[in-house]
Amino acid sequence: MTTHEDKDLCALEAAHQESQERRIVLSLTVNGKPVVEEVDPTMLLLHFLRDKLKLFGAKEACGEGECGACTIILNGEAVTSCLVLAAEAQGAEIVTVEGLSKDGELSILQQEFVFEDALQCGFCTPGMLMSARALIDRHPDPTDEEIMEGMGGNLCRCTGYHQIFDAVKRAAKREREELNRS
Amino acid sequence: MTHPELEHCTYQTHESYQSKYKHVGQPYERKDAIEKVTGQARYAFDLEMPGMLHAKTLHSPHARAKIVKIDTSRAKALPGVKAVITGDDSDIVVGLYMQDKLALAKGETRYQGEVVAAVAATTEAIAEQAIHLIDIEYEVLEPVRNLDDALAAKILVHEDIADIKHVEGVFFPQPDSNIASLNRSYKGDPQAAMEEADLVVENKFTLPAVAHVPLETHVAIVEADPYTGRIKIWTSAQSPFALRQLMAYSFGMQDSDIEVHIPFVGGGFGGKAGIHLEPLLTLLSREAGGAPVKLRMSRQQEFNYMPTRAGMRGRIKTGVMKDGTMVASDITYDWDSGAYADYGVNVGKTAVYGGLGPYAVNNVSIVSNTIYTNKVFSTAYRGFGHLETLWTVERQMDILSQKLGIDPYEFRLKNMIRPGDTTVSGELVTKSTGCPIDCLSAVVKEIGWTGRKTDEEREREWKTGKVRGKGFAMIQKAPAMPPNTATAVIMQMASDGHIKVMIGGIDYGQGALTAIAQITAQELDIPIEMVEVRRETNTNTNPYDWNTVASKYTFMAGNATIKAAHNMIDQMKAVASQALQSAPENLSHGDGYIYNRHRPDRRISYKDMALGYALPNGSGVGGPLISHGYYMADGLTNLDPKTGQGYPALAWTFGAHAVDIEVDVESGSIDVLKVASAFDLGQVINERMVYGQVIGGVMQGIGSAILEGYKFSDDNVLLNPSFTDNKIPTMKDMPCEVVPIYIENPQLNAPYGARGVAEHTMISIPSAIGNALYDALGINFYHLPLTPERVALGILSGKKDIY
Repeated sequence: MTTHEDKDLCALEAAHQESQERRIVLSLTVNGKPVVEEVDPTMLLLHFLRDKLKLFGAKEACGEGECGACTIILNGEAVTSCLVLAAEAQGAEIVTVEGLSKDGELSILQQEFVFEDALQCGFCTPGMLMSARALIDRHPDPTDEEIMEGMGGNLCRCTGYHQIFDAVKRAAKREREELNRS
Repeated sequence: MTHPELEHCTYQTHESYQSKYKHVGQPYERKDAIEKVTGQARYAFDLEMPGMLHAKTLHSPHARAKIVKIDTSRAKALPGVKAVITGDDSDIVVGLYMQDKLALAKGETRYQGEVVAAVAATTEAIAEQAIHLIDIEYEVLEPVRNLDDALAAKILVHEDIADIKHVEGVFFPQPDSNIASLNRSYKGDPQAAMEEADLVVENKFTLPAVAHVPLETHVAIVEADPYTGRIKIWTSAQSPFALRQLMAYSFGMQDSDIEVHIPFVGGGFGGKAGIHLEPLLTLLSREAGGAPVKLRMSRQQEFNYMPTRAGMRGRIKTGVMKDGTMVASDITYDWDSGAYADYGVNVGKTAVYGGLGPYAVNNVSIVSNTIYTNKVFSTAYRGFGHLETLWTVERQMDILSQKLGIDPYEFRLKNMIRPGDTTVSGELVTKSTGCPIDCLSAVVKEIGWTGRKTDEEREREWKTGKVRGKGFAMIQKAPAMPPNTATAVIMQMASDGHIKVMIGGIDYGQGALTAIAQITAQELDIPIEMVEVRRETNTNTNPYDWNTVASKYTFMAGNATIKAAHNMIDQMKAVASQALQSAPENLSHGDGYIYNRHRPDRRISYKDMALGYALPNGSGVGGPLISHGYYMADGLTNLDPKTGQGYPALAWTFGAHAVDIEVDVESGSIDVLKVASAFDLGQVINERMVYGQVIGGVMQGIGSAILEGYKFSDDNVLLNPSFTDNKIPTMKDMPCEVVPIYIENPQLNAPYGARGVAEHTMISIPSAIGNALYDALGINFYHLPLTPERVALGILSGKKDIY
């Protein structure tokens, strides 16, 4: 909330203005493709993905790392991209929801989200999927506790989570069986 | 405890459900699932327009203050700023039922968070910077802090309360007061009956304001074209047509001059019904020469500035006979609606016909006051007042049964409404109304209820550090809507035989797109894959729908869809009758064909008639297939202002929850082990989505029960406007087991008998948990949420009643 009192923010804004004039060249891999872009060093990774790369899957629902809607995978770890500077992703490998399916076919994880109806309004879904992806990569055979821990940072107001829990569990099982993951 | 009702009780659960229909009732996949799991679904949050400006808003830090001076010159001078507006630039007042909500505060502020100025600029950063350059001086005034302050009426939140425009004859603002509407119902002689009762029990139950928390915050883009005068809106909203109408009314325009587009919507729960950011953005766009202007609420603004569920206080007095017969009920509901009552006032009204619970009581008085205070204002929220009123009623039922020494199941059964009884408002209950007893018996059986715990049992368990408790509560809710509410559906057949349906309702996750597709597939007898319901809604092309609220869309649009499908079949039969040289009455439809009933080999596929049928000699018959259907509620009436008598309910959906909980006696934390939830929904339309409604609603109910609630400082400043301090449930808060139970007593004027089941699923979860908490601890709690802190302190206090 903005009030007239926090004028000191103006100083921050001025600094921001200045930083916009400074640019860095960012080179990284997004969904398997190399990307080179010139960016403002204060730009958030979430805004880089959405505004620069036009990947609108990751959402902003709190801007404070509390809801998980902006979750993406950065070097194998699920991170809330609203808390990461784009500059921190220099040389990184990033996967977003747009990178989950291959050749127009849904991944097993996506299929299970559809099958279990693990989504309603869908706004949290890209973040949920990325947390789930990182979780299954880390724990191919996750325990119930590991699923709740791995998914506990992603808020959903519609589903009540049971369907998401079941989808993650089923996807992990299918991946072990069909992709020989262990 | 055994009871004949329980022995004979059978029911279908999520696990066992079988539908008798080919398409209706089937657990089909959500029509929009693929867009949503691939990140392709576009929300208003994602939209960008050519030449789009970004808006930011300045909010009042004070609950009530006079705006002494506001100077925007420095903000206007900032390069990149295209428009700055304040209340001085606007006379726009909006509202659905009470036209009391200002687009921007004018002269004074009525709640902390109210918008006092707004900026549109070329970038968000510049707009934000400009906001900091607005100089504003307030004279802080004493706020109307709470319901008692408000009822004392020493300070009026709206000095002009007598002049506020409102729906007359339905809402009753009280002059020289803070009561936006006083509604009442009155039946029999409650006073006399109370005197004759063997036992009279009086209690007070309260709960705080709660946030809707759609994951997509409110966001809109408005383009106010200065040349044509037309306004185009892209917004995250539940009600495109109501929004259009309210915009036109407030801006003195024709409905048709306003075009509302709704892309995918990231959750609503009632908070995106009515009218929100659009008037403010219209003013900004006009000021900026007609450029499209986008505004998105931050999460903090969503908590602070966007409306909430009202806080409520229910005072209830019930007269019962020794045998458990309830003879009188006298209830006063006070709703803390905050600074505005534009939509909230209808929640208050609903309490006079929905606020008794599903019981047959002959002597009733219900008074419901929707009250202004200097807080963030209230609006519709899933359950529309029933979670609150049933927190009052269903806790009271439990306490009454404690005092009478009667089992709470028996006690409810004795008083439950049955065919032949009348509701509070005088509606006659029939078999078609649905059966609350079936719901209660199912959940009581499912949870394994054997009667309340004895003190000895509690003491024994106490030593283990964890105590279990079971409890249950009833649910009833009817849609709150004007008696003449209408909706329409348009159906077109594409050249390949696929059906394209256009609806006026919004699918914000509840599954309307899929439900309407299933009904279409059922009626036309074609595969579900051949039906598509158009995603984006545009008021210039889609047919009318009043509001996507109140859990009535499937009922109403379902009926409209059946009519549209029948109309299309009739059109096809007219064409086929010529082509097949067969009278229309000899034709049937099925499996994508119109065929002669006697000789089914004489048939024509739908597809061949889609664009009109070509006879072998090349002549054409018929034309492109387009049909429509509408449904308007019939037989409903406004309520009598003094007695509340009338016909408000399109459908009563009855239900019940039973819960099994475990309480940690040291930390006070409640683990929900099992929830059984039964609804007499008449007919399941999509099992997978009903399941989703139940699981999701139960979880949202758990949020209201044990976690969520607004906290205000003494100056009415919101203390917890973030997910850190105003938590909603996460996956870790999931109950171990939820058993959805489907009771199907069909309603005769509903599509396949189906009543709504959406909001209902969260109602009474707090009541059931409160009742289970008594079973576990022997302590009655009267205020929500039942946080670990409240429960632990309650236990430590040694008291049996915790207010």
